[in-house]
Amino acid sequence: MTDAQRNALKLAMPWLVTIAMFAIWELACIAFNIQEIVLPRPSRIFAVSVERWSILLDFCLQTLWTTAIGFGLAIIGGVLIGLAIGASPFVYSGLYPLLIAFNAIPKVAIVPILMIWLGVGAAPAIITAFVISFFPIVVNVATGLATIEPEMRDVMRSLGASNYEILTKVGIPRAMPYLFASLKVAITLAFIGSVISETVGGNRGIGFLMLSAGARNDTATTFAGLFAIAIMGVLMYALCAWVEKRMTGWAFRGELVG
Amino acid sequence: MAGTESAVAPLVEMSGVSLAYGRGKEQTLALADATMNIAQGEFIAVVGPSGCGKSTLMKLVTGLLPATSGTVKVHGEVVKRPIKGVGMAFQNATLMPWRTTRDNILLPLEVVEPHKRRFRANRGEYVERVEKLLASVGLGGFGDKYPWQLSGGMQQRSNLCRALVHEPEILMLDEPFGALDAFTREELWGVLQKLWMERRFTCVLVTHDLREAVYLADTVYVMSKRPGRVILKREIELPRPRTLEDTFKPGFVDIVHDLRDRIHKEHA
Repeated sequence: MTDAQRNALKLAMPWLVTIAMFAIWELACIAFNIQEIVLPRPSRIFAVSVERWSILLDFCLQTLWTTAIGFGLAIIGGVLIGLAIGASPFVYSGLYPLLIAFNAIPKVAIVPILMIWLGVGAAPAIITAFVISFFPIVVNVATGLATIEPEMRDVMRSLGASNYEILTKVGIPRAMPYLFASLKVAITLAFIGSVISETVGGNRGIGFLMLSAGARNDTATTFAGLFAIAIMGVLMYALCAWVEKRMTGWAFRGELVG
Repeated sequence: MAGTESAVAPLVEMSGVSLAYGRGKEQTLALADATMNIAQGEFIAVVGPSGCGKSTLMKLVTGLLPATSGTVKVHGEVVKRPIKGVGMAFQNATLMPWRTTRDNILLPLEVVEPHKRRFRANRGEYVERVEKLLASVGLGGFGDKYPWQLSGGMQQRSNLCRALVHEPEILMLDEPFGALDAFTREELWGVLQKLWMERRFTCVLVTHDLREAVYLADTVYVMSKRPGRVILKREIELPRPRTLEDTFKPGFVDIVHDLRDRIHKEHA
């Protein structure tokens, strides 16, 4: 195999594997005569997706924007708290246990509370997306700051740099790759958050669509919703990965030149 | 030169300095009762077995660590906090991978006064200064490269540039060539000697390479194993510039042997 062929195959692999998975699924449904209400065939799911295209797109966009806003808030909040925790041992010891406790709470449990406070609609979905996705950002940003090499710190201190200068000149650039790595995790979590909220109590969005289709025994539409979330998740992940490469190319450096 | 400077007060005076890490029973003494004076423009080397508190000594002089007992004075003033504008270089080059080599070397100028306040307006002038310095260590034209695109020896050259660009009064070198291959190391001795002869900064070199110490220093201090004590002070009166050829000549070799014997006796 030539190098060009190897590269082409590498690029084609995700598509080939996905197609193979669908083919096996389709064949299994036919071979074992599985009823559509239990597990619809992929071809049925695609047909339903095309049939109900406009409502799917509409609800996808709903879920996408609530997720995006929640995610955006999580980046802002996560970076600020992460910087505070990473830069100050006092903030760290004060806030960290609380954050861990908060992160351990199943987010499903807070949606009903949010609905009591904010009513049904976009607000609970945004907030759920926020609370579920900001923790990994906090932890990663704090880790980036906490792992500054002691020698680097000594160099800065012996130059007479203030703590603020050490933070801005060393800490923040150093935390950037950690931040972007966490964004890839956080964006998929944010989708989970907004969909959970829509499922527990919403009147729009993919989560709501799946729940109501499920109630009508319309399994094919439920699966169409799942696919829609998965596709949005992959696209947003790819966007984060692209931004990461653009912003912190130095962190992806190859081997040191001998 | 020690003779001519002895009348003037030394730049750094350490008297009876000890440092202990930890508290209570856990306490370990890293450095015991160190007394030494470093004259302005003097190049001293501190040698000794690993773990003898050589690096500790360096941190004490720069005020990065407070002494447990005894006093460290720089310019006649007791050091209580990190003294400003020291240049430092470690075995690990600690260049920032997100900055180009040029921007790495500009870093001290962004932090140290009076350059800091002039930096934005006079960036061009400072960039020129960095280019000159890079050229003088044989790295002309490499300013745009990122540190991770440079070899270990080139990184260490850049590291020296960063430590010197703001023309510090004191340069602290903690085994700066320790991780390099022998050829590169010996080449960088020459680079460092040349820079020192041009600029005459006060330099403290921590190393466990005796040839390196004798090649570079005016005065070599030998330390015992932990807790580190200064057990020998040896002035090296060889003429400068010293060459690599010199390091194989009898006068040089004898000094290295003397120092080695002294260290071996300490270990026995």
